[in-house]
Amino acid sequence: MIPDLSVEIGSLKLKNPVMLASGTVGYGNEISEFMDLSKIGAIVTKSVSLKPRKGNPPQRIVETPAGMLNAIGLANVGLEEFIKTKIPFLKEVNSTLICNIAAGSIEEYVECTRILDKEEIIKAFEINVSCPNVKEGGLIFGNDVKAVGRITELVRGVTNKTIIIKLSPNVANIADFAEAARKEGADAVSAINTLVGTSFDIYTRKPKIKNITGGLSGPAIKPVALAKVLEISRRVDIPIIGIGGIMNWKDAIEFMICGASAFQLGTVNFVNPAAGVEIIEGLINYCNKMSITNITDLIATYKI
Amino acid sequence: MDIYKIIVVSNTALQENVFLLKCLSSEIASKILPGQFCNIKVSESDFPLLRRPFSICDVEGDYISFMYEVHGEGTKLLSHKKEGDLIDLIGPLGKGFNYKSEYETAIFISGGIGVAPFPYLTRSLDGSIPYKIFLGGRTENQIHTYGLHNYEISTDDGSMGYKGNVVQLFEKHIPLLDKSKIKVFGCGPNPMLRALKELCLLHEINCEVSVECAMACGFGICQGCPIEKAEESDKYYLVCKDGPVFNIKDVVI
Repeated sequence: MIPDLSVEIGSLKLKNPVMLASGTVGYGNEISEFMDLSKIGAIVTKSVSLKPRKGNPPQRIVETPAGMLNAIGLANVGLEEFIKTKIPFLKEVNSTLICNIAAGSIEEYVECTRILDKEEIIKAFEINVSCPNVKEGGLIFGNDVKAVGRITELVRGVTNKTIIIKLSPNVANIADFAEAARKEGADAVSAINTLVGTSFDIYTRKPKIKNITGGLSGPAIKPVALAKVLEISRRVDIPIIGIGGIMNWKDAIEFMICGASAFQLGTVNFVNPAAGVEIIEGLINYCNKMSITNITDLIATYKI
Repeated sequence: MDIYKIIVVSNTALQENVFLLKCLSSEIASKILPGQFCNIKVSESDFPLLRRPFSICDVEGDYISFMYEVHGEGTKLLSHKKEGDLIDLIGPLGKGFNYKSEYETAIFISGGIGVAPFPYLTRSLDGSIPYKIFLGGRTENQIHTYGLHNYEISTDDGSMGYKGNVVQLFEKHIPLLDKSKIKVFGCGPNPMLRALKELCLLHEINCEVSVECAMACGFGICQGCPIEKAEESDKYYLVCKDGPVFNIKDVVI
């Protein structure tokens, strides 16, 4: 029997809980060569900002034990080019499209959302208030509970589509941020963005990435991500999209048990760009083995 | 490009730290071009996590080979692969050398393990164009002549061939060449490529180089491997997708 893998994030219905995380699938073109994107629950675009961003100078990445640090710096084509050249391909892909928005000011978040709201293909917005790698964007807001609330409130004012606030783990109490987002009308939160980290060359004594610090991702951060998801799940009544070091279907199930309604694959896409479809297979087999008919029956079923 | 699981035929040491990994893959052998690369998963576990990019070294029938130097955990694990083992790789990736364009003599210049793409590249010329190879290394054990003919050698310490660096060795030959009718193909460490760029710009010599860069995915989605454009400062190509081969004029090395 094929179990029902569909899940709901606010008003957004996904055919399965597998989402591809922002910044790890570009705008869909490259990864579509490795798998049928129409099988995937949702694709989250690389962060789009109002104006193009060239990104940080190299070195942008460095490998770390079971993970990697990146400081890409939100390199993206900008909103105008995104609409003109990237949306046409994304329309061909029969997958739910979520647009990730990054900005350097509260006004820019609102303006970006307002303009992109007109694009019918975009079904939801993921608001990136947690990029650790650009000075003026992201973390400056992601660290401030009031700013997260204010951004959510204003973005809510310009779209009726699903709003997901992408939270930073680099805060004292992530549940407070999830609560602020919920109160101001967000439909869901995604957690976690990368953890701030660094790595130095012991012979030159220089940082291995030019930006000095970067965002840590990969299996190394999975236990942290699970703990954050669990914390939000126990304290705040809002759908959670779990992110952080998922490499296979077992990791994905673990996130759902800890409270995630859906999950995003990030760094694994770099290593195994067919992971998305493989994980769907794994979910089906697990549900059959455990006699689960609806995958939603797994969400937040932790026994503590 | 696709993901393949291919079988190891041999993995032999050419020097103390340099290995030649030969695998069977008719799909890749039939598609891959000189200068392109494959991104190899060296471990079945998540440590090390990322794949390692290696230039194609040679293609013979259905066999493909990669020449690599052991300098970290990843390449050390790769050196432990044995005949019959399976290797998970993604390829072919990137853009290769434009070796079919108009020129009368090809010059190949390598530093250390930068020689890796040249056996396949020189073989692909198929005897149609005369060529000369300049191999450089710090010392004798950094000179790898596998699959090559018609080469001259330089070592920084003079332990083999010309004493000096490989760009200096090439410079000595320039008066003997018709500069407008040669094309240089280079691969090696950045200081060597910088010196080569300076020399080629000075003499207006057409030159393509294959550059090395840390990368996560190898196919354009992680944006982790930028190289600055020479024409527009602060704008970048991606080494994995726009390269790894670039005209030396187009990039800041």
